[in-house]
This record gives sequence, structure tokens and C-alpha cells, in this order.
Amino acid sequence: MGRHHALRDVSLSINDGDIFGIIGASGAGKSTLVRCINLLERPTSGSITIDGNEITHLDGKDLLDLRASIGMIFQNFSLFQQRTVLQNVTFPLELRKGKREDAEARALELLEMVGIEDKANRYPSELSGGQQQRVAIARALANRPKIMLCDEATSALDTRTTVSILELLQNINKTLGVTMVVITHSLAVAQRICNRVAVIDEGKIVEEGNTAEVFANPQSDVTRELIMHDMLSSSSASFFEAAKAAGYSAPVVEGEVK
Amino acid sequence: MEFLTSFFEQYGLLLAQGCWDTIVMTGVATFFAYVLGVPIGVALIVTAPNGLKPHAGINAVLGWIVNIGRSIPFIILLVALIPFTRWIVGTSLGVPGAIVPLVIAAAPFVGRMVEQSLAEVDSGLVEAAQSFGASVWQIVVKVFLRESLPSLIRGVSITFITLFGYSAMAGTVGAGGLGDIAIRYGYQRYQDDVMVAAVLLCIVLVQIFQSAGDITARKVDKRK
Repeated sequence: MGRHHALRDVSLSINDGDIFGIIGASGAGKSTLVRCINLLERPTSGSITIDGNEITHLDGKDLLDLRASIGMIFQNFSLFQQRTVLQNVTFPLELRKGKREDAEARALELLEMVGIEDKANRYPSELSGGQQQRVAIARALANRPKIMLCDEATSALDTRTTVSILELLQNINKTLGVTMVVITHSLAVAQRICNRVAVIDEGKIVEEGNTAEVFANPQSDVTRELIMHDMLSSSSASFFEAAKAAGYSAPVVEGEVK
Repeated sequence: MEFLTSFFEQYGLLLAQGCWDTIVMTGVATFFAYVLGVPIGVALIVTAPNGLKPHAGINAVLGWIVNIGRSIPFIILLVALIPFTRWIVGTSLGVPGAIVPLVIAAAPFVGRMVEQSLAEVDSGLVEAAQSFGASVWQIVVKVFLRESLPSLIRGVSITFITLFGYSAMAGTVGAGGLGDIAIRYGYQRYQDDVMVAAVLLCIVLVQIFQSAGDITARKVDKRK
């Protein structure tokens, strides 16, 4: 096997309080990049600093502490199926020494914040996708992180649920001051909540800047392409909707424009 | 009717003792097979190439031991282990003498089954646990073992029933049990009635343990 660089020459800085979007097509290296921030992936060279501290060489307990201080949510929610909603949220707290009652009180507080305190004793399989992602968000906040990583957090959700989850994330960013790193392939998601974005392609950052500026005045071909795709797929979707509404029963093939 | 009454008068106690011996032998052996087998299964998963602590050497050696253990026919193991058995429990005869080889025969099998159950755990859950700063040990206990509990319970009933079958051969060392009764009375003395009764009891017991395992696994499983 030859040497393959999942990421190379990546240079980024994310400010406190940002909702920072990392956008790109699938396979571009977004997931690898975000996993470098909590060292689920360890870069072979280069440096990553958080609040002035170099983290790349952390090991043992320091590594576990670093990870505990960063929240993360996932595309498929990754909730523990054999634990109740409450037990899912107390999970990160159980890993550290502490009283069970305190952990449960904290978890209930978080569940209330994300609006599903009534589901505390249910199991994930009994919840809708949107509700599951709310549980995951509460779980990610359990350790009071200053940074939260969102890996395609809304890609498995329908449009309406996506909007409500994005609003929740935005709210958390505003009220708790949590810096968010949002990985997405969807420009709509980035446009809706990110103040800054970076576009990644084949393991390289091709563009970075304020969201509005990047979209209004894309500097790279990749960004232009992404914008084109996005416009095409949304307009074709509305075209099909309109056709259906108008009563056309022609064999309209629905699906995403690739 | 009269036949049945006199049959049970004559053999009832023997068969009851056989049931008890089989259940004790199988139950105790299953328990200790898990005491040995769970660490083996966990070690196989943790040291696998994509595991939490990949270690090709340990993984290969463990895999080897497990495969060798599983290839030796039980009846050979039973005899070969006699000195070891005597060392562990003081005798190579009777129910205790049978339990030791049953445990040794089942542990590698249990190791593989546990490995299989743990491998079914969604790797996304392991990653999530890692992202919250869980240690390897915490991931083993709180994610692997906990999330695969229903599957592990199904494995227990499979192991129990497999050992139930093996225990018939333990008659060779005078361990008794239903299988031994079936062989001695049916095969060696041509007393078909006793053999049929012993086999019927085996069937009933296996059914009961399989159902108990299934029901427990279903009850424990919170995925719908």
C-alpha cells in the first residue's frame, strides 16, 4: 500500500465562540480533520493547540482528560441502546469519579434544556431521530465542554427536524458559549448556523472565511461546484414538488442530483 | 399405567439423580467456562488489528490456543486431563472429575462466542465512548459487555446445551448423569425403556434451558 495522506497542509484557526463549519464532499477528509481535534485520529505531523496548549503529544490520562473536555455528536447519534436516555447522559460523568445522584441531577437538567426530560427513562429505540440527537447533545454537554464537535449531526434527519436541531445547537452556542465545529456536506446547514466556514477537498483546505463572504464570492472551483450542486438539488426538488402539485403523473424520477 | 408405576418405582430415583448430576455438571462447568472464556473473548477483541489495543502477537497466540482447544475431541481431552483434574479437584472421578475437563473443553469455545458477541457491538458506540474519554477498561465493561448482554446471554444457553451433550461422555469417568444412564442401560444392557426415558428427559431439559435463555435475552434487550 502506498502512503496516502488523508489530510495535508491543513492550517486552520477557530475562535472562541465560533460556530465553525467544515464543508466538503464525502471522502474529502472532513471527518478525519474533526477527529484530530480530540485525537481520535492522531496526525503524523504538525501541531494542534487548544487555548494555547499543544495537544498532539498527549497520552494516557491527559489524553482521556482532553477528550472528556470536548463534546461530540454523530450522524447516527451513537446512543447506547441498552441504557436509558438518562443513563446515556450520565455516561460521560460515570467515567469520572463522582456521586451518582449528582450525575443524575446534572443529566436531568440537561435533558430539560434540550426539551426531552419526559423521556428520561425511555430507551433510545423508543425515540425518533430528532429526539435521539437531542439526547446525544445532552450527553455531549454533560462534562461542560468548551468545544463541541458535530459530525454530520443532521444528515440522518428530515428537513424540519434538522432545523430544530440546528436551532438548539445555535442556542447552546449563544447561552453556554460553547465553540462548535460543524462538519457537513450540506451548504444549507453551514449557511444557517456557521459564522465561519472552511471548504475542504482531497485533504486540503481550499477556502476559509466568513460564511456569507465565502458563499457570495467563492474563490475556488471546489466551492463553486458545491454551490452549484446545492442549487441544482434544491431547485430540482422544488421542481418535482411543483410538478406533483400541478397534478402531473408523468414518470418523474425522484432522487438526489449527484 | 401399571407399567409406568412399576417403571418409576424401579428407575425413578436413578433418573432423578441423573437429572440432578447432569444439571450440576453442566451448570458448574458453564459457569467456570465463562470465568475463563470471557477474558479470552475480550482479549481477542481488544488485541484485534482494528481493536482498542492492537497486538498481533497476543492475538495470534490466543487464536491459536483457542483453535487447538476446540480441535481436540472431548473424549480424548477427558482422558488426557486426568492428572490435571486430579491435581485441581483431588479426584478424576465422579461429577467433580467431569467438571474440570468440561471447563477446559468449553473455555475456548466460550472465548470465540464472546468474541463474536462483542464484535457485533456498533463501532460507532466505541468511538463515542472514546470521545468522552473512556479508558480501554471502561469501554470493555461499559460498552462491549453491557451493549452485547442479550447476545452474551444467548451464548450462555448455547454453551450450556453443548456441555449438556458433552456431559454424556463424562460417564466414562463415572460422573453419572442422564447421558451416562442412557448409554449404560440402553447401549450396554439393552434396556430400551430406561434409555428412552433418559433421552426424553434430556430433550425436555434442553428445551427448558433454551427457552429460559431466549426469554431472558429478550427481556434484557432494549432494542426493539
